[in-house]
Amino acid sequence: MKRSGTKFGIGMWLGSLCVAALLVGVWQLAAQAELISPVFFPAPLRSFESLWDQMAGADFWNAFRQTLSRMAIGFVTASISGVALGAAIGLSPQLRTFVEPTLELIRPLPASAMVPVFVLLLGLNDRMIVAVIVFSSLWPVLLNTVHGFKTVEPRLVELARILRLSRLEMVWKIALPNALPDIFAGLRLSLTVSLILAVVAEMLAGSAGLGQNIILAARSFRSADLYAGIIVLGAVGYLSNVILERVEQHMLRWRTP
Amino acid sequence: MQRVIKGLLLPATLLLSWELSARSGFLKAESLSYPSAVFRAAIGIVADGSLFKSALETFSAAVGGLAVGAAAGILVGVAFGLMRTLAGLMRVSVESLRPIPSVALIPLALLIHGYGFNMESSIVAFSCFWPLLIITESAVRGIEPGLIEVSRVLKFGLIDRVLKIVLPAALPRIFVGLRLAAAVSLVVAVTVEITANPIGLGYALIVAQESMRPDRMFAFIAWIGLIGWALNASLLRAQLRWFGKMGNWAEQPP
Repeated sequence: MKRSGTKFGIGMWLGSLCVAALLVGVWQLAAQAELISPVFFPAPLRSFESLWDQMAGADFWNAFRQTLSRMAIGFVTASISGVALGAAIGLSPQLRTFVEPTLELIRPLPASAMVPVFVLLLGLNDRMIVAVIVFSSLWPVLLNTVHGFKTVEPRLVELARILRLSRLEMVWKIALPNALPDIFAGLRLSLTVSLILAVVAEMLAGSAGLGQNIILAARSFRSADLYAGIIVLGAVGYLSNVILERVEQHMLRWRTP
Repeated sequence: MQRVIKGLLLPATLLLSWELSARSGFLKAESLSYPSAVFRAAIGIVADGSLFKSALETFSAAVGGLAVGAAAGILVGVAFGLMRTLAGLMRVSVESLRPIPSVALIPLALLIHGYGFNMESSIVAFSCFWPLLIITESAVRGIEPGLIEVSRVLKFGLIDRVLKIVLPAALPRIFVGLRLAAAVSLVVAVTVEITANPIGLGYALIVAQESMRPDRMFAFIAWIGLIGWALNASLLRAQLRWFGKMGNWAEQPP
């Protein structure tokens, strides 16, 4: 997720921080002067206050833990099974001829369209939410892993043959490192999808969580709480991505930039 | 030919075992229906016009949001691409808004617009804005510097420079961005409908599920998949026809 490689100095960073602070300040003044509706665009300070108040209570941390743990369980399950299945499919040309057309059929289907199916099968509960997250974040990893494993450089395969690597060694030492960049591209998409579907499924199922927090805040017109909830979800999206990026950098550190 | 048969084998087996297990009572047919009933329902919702009506609602919200979000994204992207200082100064603001999951804005949009077209298309617009901003910005940065110099020599004003030099040069990649955003717009529209908004294909799905009509539910899912597939395929064809391979290196979404 790096932007084009412009050098980004500390001065520019401070400047852009000031601009962001300025924009928030303008918003604050406009809200105080009631130039914009305080119901729809509450003063930022009130949202931060609300965020601060919420963070002092146990309810918030309970919701936070619930959403994060559903997301983590779903994402990790989907990643492991996606990489394993994807490797199996990607490594075997025979298997691919049978499976790939089906995968291509499923690919364009919006993950959220399958939510009602899971509701029908499992009801409106926690199990449904996790199942939805697993199902929908499985596809990006799976499809990218298949792609990564099937595009192993032929010369590397020849090299493996010359070195008389066993099949397992070939997979572990050549195919997997070759597929890692693709796998991580898939994991990044899956991570985004898992957060989105966690929020969607919570709103539908009415299970305690960050998604339910914001829909309840909106229904009772507590707009400062609503903005606080959106800030938290944005932070979760941002931080989870940063963590994954760090893992990726660590695991791909052998690559020349 | 043999490849086609092999490729069809898996879906055919799955559908057949679904059909048989539902008919033999192994699976509860009332909760999961079976493929032949789904097929009948898929034709039924075309015949009674409900597919067309819901698809139209979803499409108009998706296209409306795409138009606004993409136009804004291209505009800001061109500005950021041409003026690096501006892009730098807006960096923190942009990077703190971008990670907000679009669905987190559903309650806010609901609060501001109530149910309906506006609420849905505003969320679609938010999610289409980012890919176009990023792709346009990097496309404008990647323009051959010679071209910009030509415009300077010709003493083009800003508007002429953008319309006659920058946009045409960046167009192949912007179109790739549009294609990705179009797929996003459909997904987001359906998601918003499933979560909150009582219009369109997503809501039709929920209604079918709540009224215990799994056959209709799967029929709508199949049509949504088919529509998404057709949209992607036709945009990809259009891209290849108009721009050849020019835009393809922007394929990976940022």
